[in-house]
Amino acid sequence: MDASAAKLIGAGLATIALAGVGVGIGNIFGSFVSGALRNPEAAPRVFGNVLLGFALTEAVALFALVIAFMILFVF
Amino acid sequence: MHSPMEQFEIKRLLAFHIGSLDASFTNSALWMMIAVALATVVFVFGMSRRAMVPGRLQSAAELGYEFIAGMVRDNVGNAGKKYFPFILTLFVFILFCNLLGLVPYAFTPTSHIIVTFAMAATVFVGVTIIGFAKHGLHFVSFFVPKGVPFVLLLLLVPIEIISYFVRPFSLSIRLFANMLAGHTMLKVFGGFVVMLGVYAGWAPLAFIVAFTGLELLIAFLQAYVFAILTCLYLNDAIHLSH
Repeated sequence: MDASAAKLIGAGLATIALAGVGVGIGNIFGSFVSGALRNPEAAPRVFGNVLLGFALTEAVALFALVIAFMILFVF
Repeated sequence: MHSPMEQFEIKRLLAFHIGSLDASFTNSALWMMIAVALATVVFVFGMSRRAMVPGRLQSAAELGYEFIAGMVRDNVGNAGKKYFPFILTLFVFILFCNLLGLVPYAFTPTSHIIVTFAMAATVFVGVTIIGFAKHGLHFVSFFVPKGVPFVLLLLLVPIEIISYFVRPFSLSIRLFANMLAGHTMLKVFGGFVVMLGVYAGWAPLAFIVAFTGLELLIAFLQAYVFAILTCLYLNDAIHLSH
């Protein structure tokens, strides 16, 4: 196979990581909403943790993006 | 059309050479200095009046101070008071770099891995030194989880050690990749506006406006995450908690 074609396929494959990130972010906000509906008073107190979890999970997607960029532009 | 990656290009503004070392004053250094100057203006001028009923600037300065003070208090406890100035500085510097980067034609210093890695490595080395200074060689027990059978330890200790040494990389890549991805995305959609022209260009334009709002949130969030993770690492080193 042509090396540049393999590069494009590899970069595309790197985005599979987004599946896990999608599950993760959905899980974070889903759990927050169901928890907040059960106990609305506690919701504002945990929202900071929700944002922290969101940022940490989103970072995983960006690690995949960095890998895709490295495959495309560095090698 | 310009490439969306062109915004990250480092340009020499004033060329300096110390021996073979290239110590030029670049646009990255310029924007870092602007961020520091602006942060200094907000804090020094904001607090110069010290009014009982704070004005807008004083409120902003007090809010930032209180926010980080509360974060350090909640996550590190009283032992963290000594390190509060460092964490506040870190947070404010990253926040201003991120926010200034959103200004059109501005440069974002935090979108370069070397800048964020320098900060993360400083945190990592500092926290490790604090851990050893506080607990001596007992700090090594941080890598040994309590109440685990010996056979599992053979597996867990290497994992703990690896996850400890990966910290500076994950901390720096998180901030850098967020900035890089956000700014690239904004520019890519900016290219769509030009390509689609007057009739269909308003759709990506509307997206850019909404996305800039999200980027504002992310600029703040990443500074917050960097600061809170620094707090958590400090707490690990000071209290050897697991």
